[in-house]
Amino acid sequence: MLLTRFALTLMLAICLTEVAGAQGVIIDIQGGQIQRTPIAVVPFGWQGNTPEPPLDVAEVIRADLYASGRFDPRPESAMLQKPTTGAEVDFDDWTILGVEAVVIGRLIQTGDNEFTVQFQLFDPFGQEQLDSFRVPATRAALRRETHRLADRIYEELTGIKGVFATRVAYVSARQQAGEDIYRLVVADYDGANEYPMLESTDPLMSPAWSPDGRRIAYVSFEETRSSIFVQTLRTRNRIRVSSEPGINGAPSFSPDGRKLVITLGGVDGNLDIYTLDLRTRERQRLTTHRAIDTEGTWSPDGRYIYFTSDRSGGPQIYRIPAEGGEPERITFEGSYNARPRLSPDGETLALITNDRGNFRIGIMDLDNRNLIVLSTGQQDESPSFAPNSEIIIYATRAGGNGVLETVSADGLIRSRRASGSGDIREPVWSPFPRF
Amino acid sequence: MRYIKELIALTAVFLFAGCTQPTVPDPDPVDTTYGSDTGGVTTDGVDDGGWGAGEEVSWDQMAENLPAVIYFEFDSSDIRAQDADTVRRHAILLADNPDARVLLEGHADERGSREYNIGLGERRAQSVRRALMFQGGQTNQIRTVSFGEERPAATGSSESAYSQNRRVEIRYE
Repeated sequence: MLLTRFALTLMLAICLTEVAGAQGVIIDIQGGQIQRTPIAVVPFGWQGNTPEPPLDVAEVIRADLYASGRFDPRPESAMLQKPTTGAEVDFDDWTILGVEAVVIGRLIQTGDNEFTVQFQLFDPFGQEQLDSFRVPATRAALRRETHRLADRIYEELTGIKGVFATRVAYVSARQQAGEDIYRLVVADYDGANEYPMLESTDPLMSPAWSPDGRRIAYVSFEETRSSIFVQTLRTRNRIRVSSEPGINGAPSFSPDGRKLVITLGGVDGNLDIYTLDLRTRERQRLTTHRAIDTEGTWSPDGRYIYFTSDRSGGPQIYRIPAEGGEPERITFEGSYNARPRLSPDGETLALITNDRGNFRIGIMDLDNRNLIVLSTGQQDESPSFAPNSEIIIYATRAGGNGVLETVSADGLIRSRRASGSGDIREPVWSPFPRF
Repeated sequence: MRYIKELIALTAVFLFAGCTQPTVPDPDPVDTTYGSDTGGVTTDGVDDGGWGAGEEVSWDQMAENLPAVIYFEFDSSDIRAQDADTVRRHAILLADNPDARVLLEGHADERGSREYNIGLGERRAQSVRRALMFQGGQTNQIRTVSFGEERPAATGSSESAYSQNRRVEIRYE
């Protein structure tokens, strides 16, 4: 145990300190099929000790709203006025531009590293203020707080909760000096602020967020065996929670965060679904079939565990009561359906499906069981819902590397993220942040 | 259905191996000839700097001369006829050397789901494990691990890369 801890410390020691990712949104919309709403985000006023503000708040908000695929923020050059207070706003200057919403605001320095961001949202056609809000932010949290403001604006205008302040975890792999380097990375939803949690020369896979967004479970192959770890983001402490002989794989948290559903293979390699109580370390075996049963995931209400099984020949999605019982087959369409993930609202199931020889992301309405293919690649994998159930992130291949794409659950808005170096895979969207 | 196919494949491996287990490896026409238990290795001018005459041949040296990778068809864990002899020779090595420990690394091509591919890689490793045990390898000598699609031997999204990646690597520990 001591030795293990030592090894872990070593491993974490070589892990990098926080690397500032490319600032600014690195998202490239691939052609939305819906009309974008014109909107104006006026440059924010700045009151502080330096000539320039520490962050272009308006630009971050513009980028967020653009990335949603639903808005078309007009360029600064088109603006007839650049008000920073409500009193200065002339609605006629905005209706003439045809913008349906105007965001103005100010960034105020209140201490060496303390700031206040405040904004107002106007409807120029209705000639009314829709919202106003202010938040304090430290220098380090400024970008994140700005994303929160963008969330608030987005929700006010669409009625849908924004996900601009959420994060995405993923695995990247690259070659360095002839060695494979695997990293478990957490980044802002837009790819900024990449934060490597762990680096290893052995494969890392299957990251999964805890419901409170504070921990990530994953599989590591260090010491040429698979083990499941749970690592706390803030402290980087990690615990090896499953290291049975054979396969330890596919961890996913229960909605209350107390248990994991995992896959164990044993010496004889019969993959089955188990639940693991993180406190007592008690295990409960849910499946016993000699086929491959894996990729368990809880339904948001905690009642079922959905999983992949090839008991019928090829992989299909099944579900079983979380306390144990009879498995029920869910997918029947096509020869290959795997890696189920439920939307946080519990209404749809995202999966990988074989679409005429291509592996693509599909979603199934759990009410009528209709399956729709949402992606267009050949090797698309690892779908994960945003916490608002509106967007799915997944990995696809481009130029020989894995890159991340998002698609709206209605299939109308698709975007690709410009990736950093390496082969990026297994994105998992964080829950809503808790402040 | 899959299990029936596997059984047939196992039976084929068994038949290929013959019913009696030799205690020394069959001389291989290509490789250096092994001597008797007390003798060394016959070096008749063909060997390019192998072991010196009179030296004991250890099992790990023998293992080095055996093919270490078994390849599989798409979505299959059946050992192909052309690999049966390789598997048989590894099994004999294990049977003759109770100290020998082998790690079977199962792999899959990149298509489809990563965790399901871990399952497919494990199925292949277990297929080789059962064949080895069927022919004299012992449980405590064999460990399996599946890397799924995480450690490809060939990169790229072509059938040629896929066929090189659907494999079990036999590593002596």
